[in-house]
Amino acid sequence: MSTSVEPRGWAKAALHVNGWFVYMFFYAPIVLLVIYSFSNSRNVGTWGGFTLDWYRDFFDSSNARGALSNSVKIAIFSTIISVVLGTMAALSLERFTFRGKKVFDALLYLPIIIPDVTMAVMMLLFFGEFFDVLDALFGLGLRKGFWSISISHIAFNISFVSVVVRARLAGMDTDLEEAAIDLYASRWKAFRYVTFPQIVPGIAGGALLAMTLSLDDVVITQFVAGPGWTTLPVYVFGLIRKGVTPLINAVSVTMLVVSMLLVVLSIVAQRVRRSG
Amino acid sequence: MTSAVELSGITKRFGDVVAVDNVDLSIADGEFFAMLGPSGCGKTTTLRLIAGLEFPTEGSLSIFGQEVGTLTPDKRPVNTVFQNYALFPHLTVLENVGFGLKMQGIDKETTRRRSMEMIELVQLDGLAERKPSQMSGGQQQRVALARALVNQPKVLLLDEPLGALDLKLRQEMQLELKKLQRDVGISFVFVTHDQEEALTMSDRIAVMDDGKLLQVATPEEIYERPANRFVADFIGQTNLLEGTVSDSETVILENGVSVRAKNGFSAGTHVAVSLRPERAHIQSQGEFEEGWSHVNGFVETVTYLGNALIYGIKLDWMDLEVREENHPGVELYKPGAEITVSWDPDAISVVSD
Ligand SMILES: Nc1ncnc2c1ncn2[C@@H]1O[C@H](COP(=O)(O)OP(=O)(O)OP(=O)(O)O)[C@@H](O)[C@H]1O
Ligand SMILES: [Mg+2]
Repeated sequence: MSTSVEPRGWAKAALHVNGWFVYMFFYAPIVLLVIYSFSNSRNVGTWGGFTLDWYRDFFDSSNARGALSNSVKIAIFSTIISVVLGTMAALSLERFTFRGKKVFDALLYLPIIIPDVTMAVMMLLFFGEFFDVLDALFGLGLRKGFWSISISHIAFNISFVSVVVRARLAGMDTDLEEAAIDLYASRWKAFRYVTFPQIVPGIAGGALLAMTLSLDDVVITQFVAGPGWTTLPVYVFGLIRKGVTPLINAVSVTMLVVSMLLVVLSIVAQRVRRSG
Repeated sequence: MTSAVELSGITKRFGDVVAVDNVDLSIADGEFFAMLGPSGCGKTTTLRLIAGLEFPTEGSLSIFGQEVGTLTPDKRPVNTVFQNYALFPHLTVLENVGFGLKMQGIDKETTRRRSMEMIELVQLDGLAERKPSQMSGGQQQRVALARALVNQPKVLLLDEPLGALDLKLRQEMQLELKKLQRDVGISFVFVTHDQEEALTMSDRIAVMDDGKLLQVATPEEIYERPANRFVADFIGQTNLLEGTVSDSETVILENGVSVRAKNGFSAGTHVAVSLRPERAHIQSQGEFEEGWSHVNGFVETVTYLGNALIYGIKLDWMDLEVREENHPGVELYKPGAEITVSWDPDAISVVSD
């Protein structure tokens, strides 16, 4: 099948080369990372024969395992909360009119725009004061860790989720909801049976994005983590300061596998929905 | 007998925009009722008020004698066929049609049976498991009809249901809709901005402009006795000859010629004589039917339609359009020919603003 707008001759060849270059830029580092994570040499860049020692070290280290499980816990918890809140924000902005809507709209996207470091400092200040206040009022004795990191991740993830869900909502006719209501659905049922199934792909996309961002975040997490309680990326950063060993490669490959599993899961989930 | 739908003094404002302006309207049970008017005149808004998707700013609205002004759509015995069908894309035809019954809590078995019957009625047998995206425009249209009718509404509201179809399909669906309406026997309130569609399908037509109801009457009445200049101009083709009323039998045209024109206006009123192109007749200059009104002019353009000829006529003070059926032996005039246009004084109407 060839059409008149398809490139021909040298243009076609150049396009192919370009394609391969792009793939190389994307995947060469990943392939190298995976290969060297099995290298039996303390030096990151030299090949010293095959070994699984670095993985064993990683899983033997209770610090590393702790960081991994912290990361996963925070990712799941912050994703659930930010998906619920972000979807609600998207719905209110797309479907309702209310006082101060424009201001709310603009403020909602602030976390996407402001630099991570700024956000991190803000969060640090906030938790310094906030936890003190809570402590003074209720004597909770909260320490920085799971809650401070989760709340920070929720804070920026709400914005990302609502952007994604809103794009989906905007592409959906309000006619459909009105048709549901005309067909005796209550507002809730119209959402449950018509709006929600329409925006599920947006919600899934938002959730995936939120989870990735949460698993990824270093800057903000580092500021609000507090002593003795870190996530995997922050732990990796700490390792680098002590000297770079292929242990880092092993940790990174583990993170990569976890992220890819998530993506595959979400694709499978969507397939099942469509055929079922 | 109480009417199916009764609007009295209904006004709907959106901020500063008056979408529907003090409308009184009564639609009989079993009537095929068309709402006609140019874009933005308030047809959809009127329909949405009846459906309960909007609430009136003023006035009262009742359906079979029950005041429903601020009741939500689920408490009204009406259903809507939306402008772009608004079929649920993630549901099959069967699920789309059954949606209303399911929401009303009717059991699965009954829902399925009644939906299947309705799908059969609109001739979509065998397509029940399809998704809307796998159907043609005409088929989607039928699904939308089935989805509304399965709930056995007392009034069906249709917002430009044929607007998205091509001409041929449109004409087929016009006939089918009409037949369907006779079969189910309920009132159809039908919005369109196609005047031909309104004329061919409806028992009565409401003509709207700028939120106001200008005339409600049968197609014949609307065509033969338009209530005002706008209706005369909007429904069908017409020539508007400006003039002033001299007495109840006579109008003096702009060029000073008096023509016989029965009217109900007082002397001195500025009016227009509405002369339909097919009601005027051309002959060589100086010839005209006994007792007919006549003016002189010459042929400027001739458009050959096959079954008819459209003449563009130039008078001293204005242009006219005249349509002559293409009978065998009819005399053909060429551009430049000097002619007389004449008409039966009973075949015209007199309108004012
Ligand atoms: N929700 C709304 N908010 C503000 N103005 C509105 C709203 N709905 C309708 N209008 C205005 O009310 C007027 C009538 O609109 P309506 O949709 O009833 O027209 P219509 O006769 O159906 O036109 P069309 O033939 O183009 O569908 C228009 O001026 C429109 O801009
Ligand atoms: Mg409309």
